[in-house]
Amino acid sequence: MNLKPIITVKNLVKKYGSFTAVDQISFEVFEGEIFGLLGPNGAGKTTTLEILETLRDKTSGEVMVDGFSVDRDPGSIKKRIGVQLQAAGYYPNLNLTELIELFSGLYGIKVSPLEMLGKVSLVDKAKARYKELSGGQKQRFSIATTLINNPRIVFLDEPTTGLDPQARRNLWDLIRNIRNAGTTVVITTHYMDEAEVLCDRVAFVDAGKVIGINSPDHFIDKLVASGFEREKQVKSANLEDVFIHLTGKDLREM
Amino acid sequence: MNQPLPYSNFKATLAMAKASFRSILRSPSSVVFTLAFPLVFILVFGFIGGGGITIDVGVAKNNNPQNPIYQALKKIKAIQLVETETPEEMKSELEKGRLDGIVSVQNNPEKLPAYTVNVQYTKASLEKGNILKSLLNNVFYQINLHAPNSPPPLAELREVTVEGRIYKTIDFILPGQLGFSLLSTGVFGTAFVFLSLRLTLVIKRFFATPVQRYSIVLGEALARITFALIGALIIILIGHFAFGFTLIHGFITVVNMLILAAIGIIVFMGFGFIISGIAKNESSVPPIANIVTLPQFLLSGTFFSISAFPNRLQPISKALPLTYLNDAMRKVAFEGAGLTDVGHQLLILAIWGIAVYAVAVKTFKWE
Repeated sequence: MNLKPIITVKNLVKKYGSFTAVDQISFEVFEGEIFGLLGPNGAGKTTTLEILETLRDKTSGEVMVDGFSVDRDPGSIKKRIGVQLQAAGYYPNLNLTELIELFSGLYGIKVSPLEMLGKVSLVDKAKARYKELSGGQKQRFSIATTLINNPRIVFLDEPTTGLDPQARRNLWDLIRNIRNAGTTVVITTHYMDEAEVLCDRVAFVDAGKVIGINSPDHFIDKLVASGFEREKQVKSANLEDVFIHLTGKDLREM
Repeated sequence: MNQPLPYSNFKATLAMAKASFRSILRSPSSVVFTLAFPLVFILVFGFIGGGGITIDVGVAKNNNPQNPIYQALKKIKAIQLVETETPEEMKSELEKGRLDGIVSVQNNPEKLPAYTVNVQYTKASLEKGNILKSLLNNVFYQINLHAPNSPPPLAELREVTVEGRIYKTIDFILPGQLGFSLLSTGVFGTAFVFLSLRLTLVIKRFFATPVQRYSIVLGEALARITFALIGALIIILIGHFAFGFTLIHGFITVVNMLILAAIGIIVFMGFGFIISGIAKNESSVPPIANIVTLPQFLLSGTFFSISAFPNRLQPISKALPLTYLNDAMRKVAFEGAGLTDVGHQLLILAIWGIAVYAVAVKTFKWE
């Protein structure tokens, strides 16, 4: 893989009063990869993400996104990234087509709403309101709004939280497609199985610090090599495999 | 990667305005506040008020229609002749005050006077009875004057009525309701929208796009002003065509009223911005908004002229912005004043506007 960094974070610090949410974080994201930020709640993942997205000021450190500094040129960054926020709502009383039109106006780019909805398989919901969608459809729609400006990087903050196994797998396919179309993806998640199958590289964040960056395989091999063993012998399938086997891969949404 | 056109804040503002306008049209509360509420009041007062006094007078069914006294009474607009009731019914209606008098005319073909008119009044409607009495006197005077062989009159009555505009109830009620419609649309609508956009992180998501903050506010404001002006136009037109609301200079008056409406809604939206900043959640919006709207609803001459209020309330009435908007609207619509003639009212509205937006800038929250 071509290892050209598209995001560079150096010694990033974010303080809220006396509390340090992000403490001297440094990492790079390479062009064309799916990069995962992993860690417990309150570790500073969302804060870090929002600083990269130019939504939050940093206390110190240096952040470059696709060649632009978050301090000097946040406007250029906003034009090149797509952002999905955790739990963000959408403008009330509008249907999906109208919401896409609104965002395309805010980005200053003409797109066909149906084409955008087609990318996330929501064409048949074009006239539905956001609040009428199922959990998985809401997340897919959120992702559609991140693709309007044909971004270089998309940021997804816990996109699969609360989804059933079928919807989760569906979203993984969608995220892989985005990456295969040439867009870099930065994602946070609490599901390690998800990070394992989806991410090229992951960074573990805890208490505002990065405590390790590498590929999921590397971390697992290292742990096994250190003599780690699961208490219970691992079977070649787990309960989620059973779930999918029994209920099928078809999406369950009305 | 397509980045061909330079980013246009103007287009982003328009996209915002379009989305907001669609949303307002589909929000039941904004349609109710802006249109339904004021129209119901206008309807109620329009039908009650009618304009002028009517006196209901019962006459016997078998009255000779050729009778000159009957003819004369029929010509008086204020008198409504009720010819369908039996004497018993008329008596009972008179006692209840539903009839203001009963008139029966006797024809005496052989001798003078040629007609005897019996009139019954009622204590249930003394005031209208008195008016009826003077109207009848006038009728007799006219008839006696024209009778053959009558002596020349000692004094002659010459009546002249000055042509004036009839100030109808609708002319007072409509501007007041229009003002109140603008007040509630501006205050409630703006407060709810910005609070909910903030709480549901819609604004945060917007900030992840290249849109400027002012585009968001300006787009919202444009949509709300457009909606309020369309509402105002509908109210004015229904008032004019259905209830005879006076528009002295026609089209020009409508334009002047809409300009006043735009100024009003801009000032009132300022209150909405303040409330959206200080309210913690959606349920705390109505109480705070009512503190702003209710005193103006009651004391700004929406239903009654403020001169009808006790002296102690006068200073409050004279401090409220809606008082001046209502005043300016009535002057423009009924008296045909131009915008320069209501400069005083506009000045006070402008002072309110500056004060309100100075506070709004301090209290408004984006996140």
